[in-house]
Amino acid sequence: MIFHHLILRVVTKLLVGTIVLFALYVQFHGDFSPGGGFQAGVIMSVAFILYGIVFSLESAKKVFPEWVVHKLLALGVLIYAGTGVATMLLGYDFLDYDAFSPLHPTHGQHWGLLVIEFGVGVTVTGVMVAIYYAFAGRPPSMSDEEW
Amino acid sequence: MIDTFTNTVLFTMLVLTALAIVRMERLFAVVMLSSVFSLLSALLFVTLDAVDVAFTEAAVGAGISTVLMLGTIALTKPAVKKSRHNAFVPLIVVCITGAALIYGTLDMPAFGSLDAPAQIHVGPDYLSRTPSDIDVPNVVTAILGSYRGFDTLGETAVVFTAGIGVLLLLSGLRRRRDDDGEDI
Repeated sequence: MIFHHLILRVVTKLLVGTIVLFALYVQFHGDFSPGGGFQAGVIMSVAFILYGIVFSLESAKKVFPEWVVHKLLALGVLIYAGTGVATMLLGYDFLDYDAFSPLHPTHGQHWGLLVIEFGVGVTVTGVMVAIYYAFAGRPPSMSDEEW
Repeated sequence: MIDTFTNTVLFTMLVLTALAIVRMERLFAVVMLSSVFSLLSALLFVTLDAVDVAFTEAAVGAGISTVLMLGTIALTKPAVKKSRHNAFVPLIVVCITGAALIYGTLDMPAFGSLDAPAQIHVGPDYLSRTPSDIDVPNVVTAILGSYRGFDTLGETAVVFTAGIGVLLLLSGLRRRRDDDGEDI
């Protein structure tokens, strides 16, 4: 089993790192180029899903355990909503990022965007990987030859 | 000129893909073709200068959903079940709906017209205020994250809820006291 698909496995090993790097680029460069948390989260999860497809679900779960995924799912929403609460505690409106740098409101906006996009990315990564685990974790009803 | 050509080619391929999907019986091929369909729509979004949307469509439509559909096929059957119903009534329904949709577009402003609601409502306001308010080059990010921060928070919550829903339905997580001392 594990000796099958040599080319796929080598290419995957090369690609996974690049995909993660690209996801981080899309994540943190979203203010300047197309993309943002949502796209970055999807690309990040693709790296783990590809790894899971080519190797096995078990090895993917070793790299990115299920309990971590389930925590990330909620953590992203918490980061996003927490940013709003933080701006409220600083005396501004909910999600008014000017609060982070009252002297230079645009700097505050940059920080705010960075943090909430990160929150979106974390949740989307978690959800996509969790859904993949849920689908792939069930026993398949058909054999490989039936495809 | 070149725009018309690109659009014609892309839309023709889109329609051909859709027809092929309808005719296919092997679900594996159907899923692959729907991935192609997503990729073609992503290209169309690029020609409309909606790069962010194209990005999302390519990543989600052509990438993740294909994997999930394949996972679903693995849990079910590889081919379409023969339908014993008459195809006539659904055809009528589809034709009427299509005609209604086309009738609806007759009222819409011409493509790219300057006095379309999208160009005269809040759009110009966002475009003129973003450099001084937020100062990021990608106005889409500024609108999504700052001007429409509430909406995006709601969207994130929706994604979260959807994930939780799928987990509850599929993953077989049980309440801890049902397991024999084994933690989830």
